[in-house]
Amino acid sequence: MSAETTPAVSDVSLYDVDNPAPLIEAPRKRTKKTPKSTRTNFELYGWLFMRLSGIVLVVLVLGHLLIQLVLDGGVSKVGFAFVAGRWASPFWQAWDLIMLWLAMLHGANGLRTVINDYAERDNTRFWLKMLLYTATVFTVLLGTLVIFTFDPNIR
Amino acid sequence: MATPTLEKAGTAAQDASPYITVTFRIRRFNPEVSAEATWQDFEVEIDPKERVLDGLHKIKWDLDGTLTFRRSCAHGICGSDAMRINGRNRLACKTLIKDINPAKPITVEPIKGLTVLKDLVVDMEPFFQAYRDVMPFLITKGNEPTRERLQSAEDRERFDDTTKCILCAACTSSCPVFWNDGQYFGPAAIVNAHRFIFDSRDEAGEQRLEILNDKDGVWRCRTTFNCTDACPRGIEVTKAIQEVKRALITRRF
Ligand code: HEM
Ligand code: FES
Repeated sequence: MSAETTPAVSDVSLYDVDNPAPLIEAPRKRTKKTPKSTRTNFELYGWLFMRLSGIVLVVLVLGHLLIQLVLDGGVSKVGFAFVAGRWASPFWQAWDLIMLWLAMLHGANGLRTVINDYAERDNTRFWLKMLLYTATVFTVLLGTLVIFTFDPNIR
Repeated sequence: MATPTLEKAGTAAQDASPYITVTFRIRRFNPEVSAEATWQDFEVEIDPKERVLDGLHKIKWDLDGTLTFRRSCAHGICGSDAMRINGRNRLACKTLIKDINPAKPITVEPIKGLTVLKDLVVDMEPFFQAYRDVMPFLITKGNEPTRERLQSAEDRERFDDTTKCILCAACTSSCPVFWNDGQYFGPAAIVNAHRFIFDSRDEAGEQRLEILNDKDGVWRCRTTFNCTDACPRGIEVTKAIQEVKRALITRRF
């Protein structure tokens, strides 16, 4: 939309009373058939999960950033030995596992919201969400596998 | 040579005139002429204590009769003339020229998220469809009482704020979620559901909550507060939406 001012009526026009231009339609209009009632609490739980996981993530993510990037020499200390040392303890394994799952599901559900907001065509929505779910499942499973099967003596 | 008397008379006359020249920059769309919407400027002599609606009247009546907009009561009650004035949703009949910086051009556009039919007139049907979908009427069970349905002052107070809605669509068409996805019920429909959900005389609260528990219901609200800012009646729209969310989670209302 430009703020440029143009005269409303141009000289030659393709359109007239009997042949009007298409209207400027709004995206995804509501119609009489719209309330395709879902009758589940999925969106309710999704909304609650965003808030509850957010609270837990404040502790997990800030703690994670502090340990990795600030304390004890900052980021330069992070290496194979550092990771191996931390994952020797079930406490840090659990920390990272919970953080992985919560952040991935939180981020995925957040992006689902973003797709619902921005993708207009049903097909686009569907495929973007499939891409999102595939990437999420892959990352969560791979991360979980690594945390549980990590071998400090690998060579 | 100007004599002191003349000069004095001159300034007095100027001081007496409250009129200033204001530029109205209006978004025009006429499908019978062009597929494009364009901006058009109108210069209007107007008292800054008048309203944007008065400016639109001057344009329609004296300058360009083809300018198309809705208005009915002209006093902020019927809800016909919600439009986007200087980028914010307002009622043209409640917006004083002096309050929106008449030194710069005043932009006037149709409200967003609804199909534009002509100039400032949009198709309100999807908006009213969402309104009808929340069943905005009293629902009760059992026999009709023989006298009026009594309610305590406190019970009436519970939903007082949401009774003020005039269905102008300023809130719904200010909501970024609604702009991109018209399937969302939108703030106005939720406000009008709230009006009955929290009414002690109504017995279909559970049903209305279920409707708003839908995937295009209250959970799509992102708490941007655009609706609260836009409401010309000062309804705390975002708060009402959150109260519906809370009622859904606790199932208490
Ligand atoms: C650090 C603590 C965090 C808190 C307190 C938090 C909280 C929230 C809340 C409450 C929402 C919902 C917003 C709404 O419904 O309008 C949200 C949305 C979102 N979150 Fe988080 N979050 C946190 C961390 C993260 C992390 C680590 C990620 C990425 C993995 C993330 C990605 C997202 C995304 C993509 C959205 C959707 C954005 C949107 O709705 O506009 N968040 N967050
Ligand atoms: S004309 Fe009725 S609300 Fe403005």
